[in-house]
Order: sequence, then structure tokens, then C-alpha cells
Amino acid sequence: MDLLYKIFIDPFVQMGGAPDLLIQTLWEGLVSGVLYALIALGFVLIFKASGVFNFAQGIMVVFAALTLVGLHAKGVPAFLALALTIVVMLVLAVGVERLMLRPLVNQPDIILFMATFGLTYFLIGLGEIIFGGEPKVMITNELFLPKGAIEWKVFGGFVSFQKLDIAAAIIASAMVAMLAVFFQRTRIGRALRAVADSHKAALSVGISLEQIWVIVWFAAGIVALATGIMWGARSDVSFALQILALKALPVLILGGFTSIPGAIVGGIIIGIGEKLGEFYWGPLLGSGIESWLAYMIALVFLLFRPQGLFGERIIERI
Amino acid sequence: MRAPSQSDIAAGEILLAVENVSLSFGGVKAIRDVSFDIKKGEIRAIIGPNGAGKTSMLNVINGFYTPQQGRITFKGATRAKMRPYDAARGGIARTFQNVALFRGMTALDNIMAGRTLKMHRGLFWQMLRFGPALAEEVEHRKRVEEIIDFLHIEHIRKVPVGRLPYGLQKRVELGRALAMEPDLLLLDEPMAGMNLEEKEDMSRFILDVNQYFGTTIALIEHDMGVVMDLSDRVIVLDYGVKIADGTPDEVKANQAVIAAYLGVAH
Repeated sequence: MDLLYKIFIDPFVQMGGAPDLLIQTLWEGLVSGVLYALIALGFVLIFKASGVFNFAQGIMVVFAALTLVGLHAKGVPAFLALALTIVVMLVLAVGVERLMLRPLVNQPDIILFMATFGLTYFLIGLGEIIFGGEPKVMITNELFLPKGAIEWKVFGGFVSFQKLDIAAAIIASAMVAMLAVFFQRTRIGRALRAVADSHKAALSVGISLEQIWVIVWFAAGIVALATGIMWGARSDVSFALQILALKALPVLILGGFTSIPGAIVGGIIIGIGEKLGEFYWGPLLGSGIESWLAYMIALVFLLFRPQGLFGERIIERI
Repeated sequence: MRAPSQSDIAAGEILLAVENVSLSFGGVKAIRDVSFDIKKGEIRAIIGPNGAGKTSMLNVINGFYTPQQGRITFKGATRAKMRPYDAARGGIARTFQNVALFRGMTALDNIMAGRTLKMHRGLFWQMLRFGPALAEEVEHRKRVEEIIDFLHIEHIRKVPVGRLPYGLQKRVELGRALAMEPDLLLLDEPMAGMNLEEKEDMSRFILDVNQYFGTTIALIEHDMGVVMDLSDRVIVLDYGVKIADGTPDEVKANQAVIAAYLGVAH
């Protein structure tokens, strides 16, 4: 009885008893959720257009952040470094298309997946040679990212919002909105969705696969850069950041691999679920449940809705 | 869509010529030294038993396959290999044997995708749906609506094509090819798996496209009744070799063709 009380009653009593703490927890969940969504978005972009799960997305986040910080450390002004990093991501996209995707065209998906592993280790090596392996500090001040917190007095307590988190949420939302409009409204967006559905049909109407691949990898690179800046500002810019990319997996399972809204909603559910779980139910299990709770949520989802919340349900005719 | 027009090539002239094309996959010879031509404005059928190399031939024409030997002359330009992008830009559209549509997209978006090469406005304006990009979108949408009317698929405009029955999917696929306003339309078994009524509808669309828009058509089909009724000239392939070429009546009377289809007594 005592255990049941602790699982089903006590946490909600706590939530009701201290609403300011609840709001604080929800806010932190929302912010990490938005950042998870940003990582997941990078995966979704590439998966949609080429059917490949890009294992290298995590290292692209690190590589982009590292390039930005590294260039600045070599004396390049912050915003010029930002522009140069964008150019580097474009070069990377073109390189990936020329040297990896084009020679492997028409190969099974698993081969392309393995190739993204290769890309991962290549980028780790390249990053270490050029910028060194030690953790670095994100150039938040130079990029005019806000510091400090806003405090909101409510319910007899107060909730504090980090300005950096607010900025992250705004930037992530803006990127998501732009990508959604890009996919829905433009000729290239339509071509992109077309390539995702059928390569040969896309070719037959004159869509250039090469061009589309460069565009998606570049877009994924830009998303990686934004993710790298935001995560880097919250912790350090180090190779350990790529582990965070694995958090995108449960988000993708939840939201569906092909859905941009799915990545966002999935990210937010995972982010909030994690924080609530850690704060209210964590003590029952002696804490530390934040690291695996997301995967549990995803597992339950897999049982009941394998295509994810917004994924396309594939009905095969036999 | 275009009104019946005098394009850059006058009616009766050769639009596409295939010369001595051979294609093999490893040791398998799919096409052996085949030559034929397609005249402007005609309906040209390619027939033959299963595995005769018909689809391979279409794939060579629109650049999916690169033949080991031979040349292709399209609109007067000769080349050893065609790239799919160049074929599409040059005015070759096609449909596929086992429908290749963009399953997640609506019928309307599928057909709009056929106009990819015709839209040129900048991304930025397209995203804002403003100014010249809006005018362009409206203009292309109008053309696409004409095609939708023509094919009688108004009611399924907003339905994701993956959910449509097979016959309608084939029609949407034809619509997408027509949206490219092609000079040469390649149809790979446009009536496969259809019932009689659907076949009649499709036959009428093919004839209308040919007559009213002046589009040259090359089609592969197994239903001999349809082939003989629709086409101006027929080419017969068997094991990758051309065994007959001529009007439907000539082909029907050809001994080699009868042998290929019915077998011969040994």
C-alpha cells in the first residue's frame, strides 16, 4: 500500500503542494525537450530525403560547434566565424554527396547507414587534428546570447527562467517554422518530399537527386550548428556532446522518423517526461532515472504505436 | 497543357531514333542490337513476351540505363547516353509498370511535382508566397487543374495517393507525366491490372493526349486488342531482339511474331 501511495498519490500531492516547483520542472523539461527536438530534426531531414538513419548527426553537432569555437580561438571575429562555419557545413554537405552518397547510390540502406558510421569517425579525427580534443567554452558573449535569469514570483515562491533557455526555445521554434514552410511551400521542398517517396519517379520528372542531397545535408548541418551552439552554451563544447544525439532516438520513435511536427512534439514529451520523472518519481528508485526514462517511454510507444505519433502508417498489399 | 501546336519538329518527322542499341547486365543480354524510330505525333507500341526487354528499352530512352553500344537521337541531338535529368528537361516524360508515385503526397502535389522543371522563382519568395512566386504558383496550379479536369480526378485532388485504388493511381501517374508537357510520353503498361471499364477510360485518355495535345507516345502493353486499336506502328521484341516492326496489321500477320507468342511446332 505504501508503495502504491508513493507511486500514484504522493507525487501529485507534491505537485499540488508546490506549484512553483512544478512550473519550474515543466519549464526545464520544455527547454531540454526543444533541444532534443532540434537534434531529432537533423535526423528527420536526412531520413526523409534519403531513407538513411544518419548516425553522424551527433558528431555533426560537435563538429559545427567546434569549428565555430575553434575559428574564434584562432582570432576570427565571432560573426565571421559563424559565417565561415556555415560555409564549412556546406562544403561538408557537398563532400558527403560527392564522396559518399553518389558512389553508393542504389545500395541497400544498411550500407549507407554503415557509411555514416565511417563519416562519424572521420569527423571525430578531423575535429581533433584541427581543433584539439579538449573541451572548449562556447562563445556565448561574442554571439550576443543573453545571460542571467528572469525571476517570476508566483504561488508564494518563484520560478526562474534562464534567458539563454528562452533564446534557445525561440531560435529552435523559428528554425522549425522555417523548415516546415520550406517543405510545404517551395518547389525544392516538394521535390524533397518527392525524393523521399520514390527515387526513380523523382528522377523521371527531372528532379536532380544530387542537388536534393546537398540541400538536405546542408540543412541538417545548419540545424546541427544551431544545436551545437545551444547545447554548447549549456555545457561545454566537447566530443561527449555526441552522446546527446542518442537521446534523439527515443524522440524519433515517439514522433515518427519522417515527421517534422513529430520531432517537435516527441522532443517536448520526452523532455518534460524526463524531468517530471526525475523530480517526482526519481527518489523512489534512488534517482538517476533521467538517463534511461526516455528509452522506457519509447519502448512503451513501440508496443502500441510502432509508426510513432505522426509517422506514416505503411500498409503493404500482399 | 499545350494546344495542338507546331512544336520544333513538324508532324511525321522522326522525333527519336534508336540505333544499334545493346544493353547487358553482366552476362544477361537484355537488348541486342535494336534499332527503330518514333515519328512525331504517332503512337508507337512496343510489345513482346515477358522478359523481351521492353521496359529496359524505355529505361534506355529516358536515361535510367546506359546501353553498352548504340546511339540515341532525340530531337536531332545524338548521344551515347542520356541522363534522366536531361531526358526530363528535353521533354521526355514517363509512367512506370508498377506505379511509382509519391505515396505520402496528395494527388495534387504529385501532379504539381511534374512541374518542378518549369518553376523558377526564388526560394525566399516561394516561402513567403508573395509577389512573382505567388503568380507563378497560381499559373502552374491552373495548368495542373486543367490536367485534373481532363483526367476526371477532381474528387481525389486532396487525397494522399497511397490510399487510392490502383486504377486511379495510374491515372494520377499519367497526370504527373502530362504536367511536364512532354514531347515524348513513355507509358509502361498503362493498363496492367485494370478492368475493362478502366482500360476503356485509359485508352480514351491516351488517344486524347495524342490527338489534342499532339504528344508523341511510346507505350508498352500486353493487351493485344488495345495495342492494335491504339497504335500507329508496332515494334515486337523477343529475347532482346527486334523481330518485327510495322503497322498493327503487318505485325499481326508476321510469322516470327506468331511463333514468339504462340510457340512453334518442332
